[in-house]
Amino acid sequence: MSTWARFKESYLFHSFKRDLIAIASFCALVFLIFIALSAPVVAPYNTYDTATIDIMDAEIPPSWMEDGEDRFLLGTDIQGRCLLSTMIYGLRVSFLIGCGAVVLQALIGILVGLFAGYFGGKVDGFLMRITDIQFSIPYLIVAIFTSAIFKLAFGVGRYEDLAIPLLIIIIAVSHWPIYARTVRAAVLGEKGKEYVEAARVIGLSRWVIMFRHILPNTMTSVLVISTIQVAEAIMSEAALSFLGLGMPITKPSLGSLIRAGFEYIFSGSWWITFFPGLLLVVFVLVILLLGDWLRDVLNPKLYKG
Amino acid sequence: MLAFIIRRIIQSILVMLVISFVGFLIQHQIGDPVRDLVGERVTPAEREVIRDRLGLNDPFYEQYFRFVAKAVQGDLGLSFFYKKPALDVILSKAPATIELVIVTSFILIFVSIPVGIYSAIYPKSWISRIAIAGSTVGVAVPVFLTAIAFIYLFSVELNWLPSYGRGETVTVWGFWDTGFLTVDGLLHLILPAISLSSIMLPLFIRLIRAEMMEVLETEYIKYAWAKGLDRRRVWFVHAFKNTLLPVITVFGVQLGIMFAFTILTETVFQWQGMGFMFLEAVERSDTSLLVAYLVFVGVIFVLVNTVVDVIYGVVNPMVRITGAK
Repeated sequence: MSTWARFKESYLFHSFKRDLIAIASFCALVFLIFIALSAPVVAPYNTYDTATIDIMDAEIPPSWMEDGEDRFLLGTDIQGRCLLSTMIYGLRVSFLIGCGAVVLQALIGILVGLFAGYFGGKVDGFLMRITDIQFSIPYLIVAIFTSAIFKLAFGVGRYEDLAIPLLIIIIAVSHWPIYARTVRAAVLGEKGKEYVEAARVIGLSRWVIMFRHILPNTMTSVLVISTIQVAEAIMSEAALSFLGLGMPITKPSLGSLIRAGFEYIFSGSWWITFFPGLLLVVFVLVILLLGDWLRDVLNPKLYKG
Repeated sequence: MLAFIIRRIIQSILVMLVISFVGFLIQHQIGDPVRDLVGERVTPAEREVIRDRLGLNDPFYEQYFRFVAKAVQGDLGLSFFYKKPALDVILSKAPATIELVIVTSFILIFVSIPVGIYSAIYPKSWISRIAIAGSTVGVAVPVFLTAIAFIYLFSVELNWLPSYGRGETVTVWGFWDTGFLTVDGLLHLILPAISLSSIMLPLFIRLIRAEMMEVLETEYIKYAWAKGLDRRRVWFVHAFKNTLLPVITVFGVQLGIMFAFTILTETVFQWQGMGFMFLEAVERSDTSLLVAYLVFVGVIFVLVNTVVDVIYGVVNPMVRITGAK
C-alpha cells in the first residue's frame, strides 16, 4: 500500500474527517501559512521597499470608510504603508520566528531529555535539576529578561539588525524545558521495552539504540506539544515585540505593528491595532485548536472531558 | 523531613548563586559603574582612578564575592537614572504591582469559581457553552490586546474610565502608596485589573469545571445524593471542597506567571509598578537597576518555590522520597 493509501485508512485521518473544527482550522492555517510564505507575491505592496512608501498616505482608514482609498484595502499605518501588506509581511516574520524557535527548542529539549532518560543516574539528576529550576520560572519572565540583556549587550542598532535570529534563540532558550520533560518521560517508558533489550543483545552501540530505536518512538509526544509550542512561541514573540524588545518597526512582526498602532488609538485610528491584532488571534487560535485535536487523537489517555 | 528541608534550602541557595552570577556578569560586561557614579564627562585618567578605588581592576572572582556579599546585605547598587539605591527604587514601585495583583486575584476568584461550578453542574446550558467557547478563544488573545481593546472602548469611545497611570494615591505607613483609599485610585485600577485577569480566567474556568465534573462522578457524591441531601449542600459543601486543592496548587503557580503578565499590562496602562520600571530601565540602559530587579525577582521566585515545595513535602510524603533519589 502506498503511503497515501495507508494515511487514508489511518485513525488520524478518520477522526480528522469527522471533526469540523479540525477541518476548518486546518484549512485556515494552510491558507494563512501560504499567504505568509508567499508574501512578496501576494502582498499588494512591498513594505520593505522604502521607495514605495509615502508619508502623506499615513493613517488612511480602511477603504469602506469615509476618507478611505481603494488603493489601501485595510487603510495605512502611521508611516503610510499599506496595512494589509504590512500585516502579510508581519505574519511571515511571526511565523518564521515561531517555527524557528520551536525547531531550536525541540533540538535542545530532545537532546537533554534523551540523555537524561537513557543514561539515568547522575546525568539524569544533573540535567533534570537544571530543567526543573528553569521550569519553576515562568517562560515569559525568562524571555523578557534574556531579550533585555541581549538588547543591552548588543546595543539597540545591532539588536534590531539581528532581531530574527536573536528572537529565535531567546524564545527557544526560554521554552525548551517542556521538551526535555516530555521526551525524558517517553524515553523512560520505552527504555524497558523488549525491542531495546533485543537491540542491546545483538550488540548495537548505545548511540544507535538511542537515536535510531528509542528516539523515533518518542516522536508522537513531541508532535503533540510542538503544535502548542508554535502557538506559544508566536505569542511570546508578539509580547516581546509589543514591549519593544522584539522586531523593530521597520521590519515589523504582528506584535510590533500592534505596539506602533497603540500610540494612535487615542486619536481614533483603531484599524492600525485592530487588524494585526485580529490576525494574530486567529492565527494562534487555529494552531491551538489543531493542537487540542491532535492531542485528543494521539494521546487518548490525556483526554479529559 | 528535616533532611528534605535542608536539601531544598541548599538547592535554592545554589539557584540564587547562579542568578547572582548572571546578574554580576551583566553588570561586569555591559554596565559601567563609573558612569553610574559620575556621568560621562570625566577624563580617562580620573576614570582610571575611580575604577581603582571602586575595585573594578581587581580579579574577577574577588569582584563577584564582593557583589554577593553586598547583595546579601541588601545593597544591589545604585540606579544610574534615579541616583538612588536600586533596591529603594524597586521597593517604591512594588506597591503598585502588588495592588494590581491583589485586585486581579479577587476578580479571578469571584468570577472563575461561580462560572466554573455552574458550567460543571449544567454543562448543556447556553451560559456554560458561552463560557467554554469564550475560554477557548480567550487563551489565544494576548493580554495587551485585551487591554488595548478596553482602553479603546471605555476610555476613548465611552470616556468612562481613565486609561493610564494610578490616579490619586495616598501614602500609608510612611512608604506604601496605595490607590485603594481614593475613588480616583480605584477607578484607575478597574481596567488594568480586568485586563490582567482576562488572561488567567480561561485557565481557571476550565480547570474548576474539569475538576468539579470529575468530583461529581465520584461515589461519595452519589452517596450524598442517595442520602437525599439538599442540592446546594452537595454542590457547594461536598463537591466543591474537593475541587479546591488542585485549584489552589495551580493558583500558586499562576501567581508567578501573573508577575510576567504585569509587565505587559503595566506597559499598556503606564502603571507605575515594577514591570514598567524594568522596561524603562532597559530603555535607559540602567544596568544596575536591571540587575537589581533580576536578583529581586530571583529571590521572590526561589522563596515562593521553596515554601511551596516544603509544604508539599509536609502534605505529601511521596515528594520527599523522589527528592531523595
